[in-house]
Amino acid sequence: MTHMRRARGRAAVLSMLAIALLLAGCTANGDAARSPATASAAGTDLNGTVTVFAAASLTDTFTQIADAFEAEHPGVTVALSFGGSSDLATQIVEGAPADVFASANEAQMEVVTDAELAGAPVTFATNVLTVAVPADNPALVTSFADLGNVAVTTVVCAPQVPCGAATRKLENDLGVDIPAVSEENNVTDVLGKVRSGQADAGVVYVTDIARAGGDLAAVPIVGADAAINACPIAPLTDAHNPTAATAFVSYVTGTKGQAVLADAGFGTP
Amino acid sequence: MRGRTSGYVPTWLPPIAVVGALLVLMPLIAMATRVDWANVGSLVTSPSAVAALALSLRTSVAATALCVLLGVPMAVVLARVEFPLKALARTLVLVPLVLPPVVGGLALLYAFGRRGLLGGTLNLLGLDIAFSTTAVVLAQTFVALPFMVLTLESALRAQGSTYEAVASTLGARRGYTFRHVTLPLMWPALVAGTVLCFARALGEFGATITFAGSLEGVTRTVPLEIYLQREVDPDAAVALSLLLIVVALVIVGFAYRHPGSRRVK
Repeated sequence: MTHMRRARGRAAVLSMLAIALLLAGCTANGDAARSPATASAAGTDLNGTVTVFAAASLTDTFTQIADAFEAEHPGVTVALSFGGSSDLATQIVEGAPADVFASANEAQMEVVTDAELAGAPVTFATNVLTVAVPADNPALVTSFADLGNVAVTTVVCAPQVPCGAATRKLENDLGVDIPAVSEENNVTDVLGKVRSGQADAGVVYVTDIARAGGDLAAVPIVGADAAINACPIAPLTDAHNPTAATAFVSYVTGTKGQAVLADAGFGTP
Repeated sequence: MRGRTSGYVPTWLPPIAVVGALLVLMPLIAMATRVDWANVGSLVTSPSAVAALALSLRTSVAATALCVLLGVPMAVVLARVEFPLKALARTLVLVPLVLPPVVGGLALLYAFGRRGLLGGTLNLLGLDIAFSTTAVVLAQTFVALPFMVLTLESALRAQGSTYEAVASTLGARRGYTFRHVTLPLMWPALVAGTVLCFARALGEFGATITFAGSLEGVTRTVPLEIYLQREVDPDAAVALSLLLIVVALVIVGFAYRHPGSRRVK
């Protein structure tokens, strides 16, 4: 009986141990994968991997910029991770291994700088709002003021997120009160509603229209400059590859990076 | 670890169960450590939180009722009626389970949206569900329905149709047999399916935000409110998540405490 019980106990301990080993194995692999980048930081020439967390609205421009950067520095691989700025900021604060953070707005960069995880951020681009309508413009929207009409089904960003805060500011400055049918979390969700024809109009950034291809048309907002959104970038203090991180930030704010951003419709800082 | 009735359980099995339980519990415990306990009360009673909670309860109850109404006939047909391409039908019913909810929302948009397949028909009938609470219920029903069908159908198939056959040989009509034999037999599974549907509807996020949008009191359910609050006030988001978990636990616990295991007499 006692013998039996001991055998059972041993089986239990063994299976626990096996699982613990499995879990430990995962961690060890993760460390091994990361070490080359750490080692490279000591080298004089740029090499290794530089991990860039960038806002989803920068997907096209940053992919282009990263390709060009890699072409100039053959030893470097740029690993891009795109997402909502607030998602990325949360990930960085929770310890995600990133070298550079490019935010779509100053508020989310502040989350990272407040946690003392980023150096001094620089504004690398600006963006203004515009009205997006389906290509056939079913509600015949011709101005920002038209969005005040209840008959125009309009979708905006929620005031809690930067694009919504900017929209709210424009509404106040231009004296238009938009009876929005939905307040979305991000520009992508606004675009989705307009592109599918579910909404007649949406308020988004100028650069988003270019990203959306031919399904959408833009109705420019007269006086859009009243709400300019600034995009900051910064190398992170816990960067595994600080040399390459600084070099990448300089590239984005330099002539070549700025040319790519200007082509996509971003304003200069 | 060595429980009283563990005679038939291999010794290596409970430790693995513990690891599984930890996988589920650790994130919940971690979340509890982030709760701003001093302000939880005020955070979950803010007007926007209350509006979201009321909307979530209303829509989840409606969606669950729809799941019962549509899911019971679907499960009975799948379990008891022979028809061509039945295997395909069973697979298709389960599609919303594997579909990412955002894709489900897009699919709903393509079907019921203003420019969707049925959009014109709905418009003629004077129904505009775009950005309405109805759209939320539709999204929740779409993602929750497979849970009802799956639960009921497997229970019915496991039981076999012996009781129905006996009732039939005793002269019972189909309607009578369904009400007095089939329904009581599937009662425990119906309760389980209802709980699963409600829980799924309560947590639904992706299909709702894609298909219905997000407006306070109309389409912004608790998960959408959490997603939005997270942008500005992570404490409020965590407090609301806690509330959602408590509501779900209370409902699930209540349902399982009264399994209503009626037997055929």
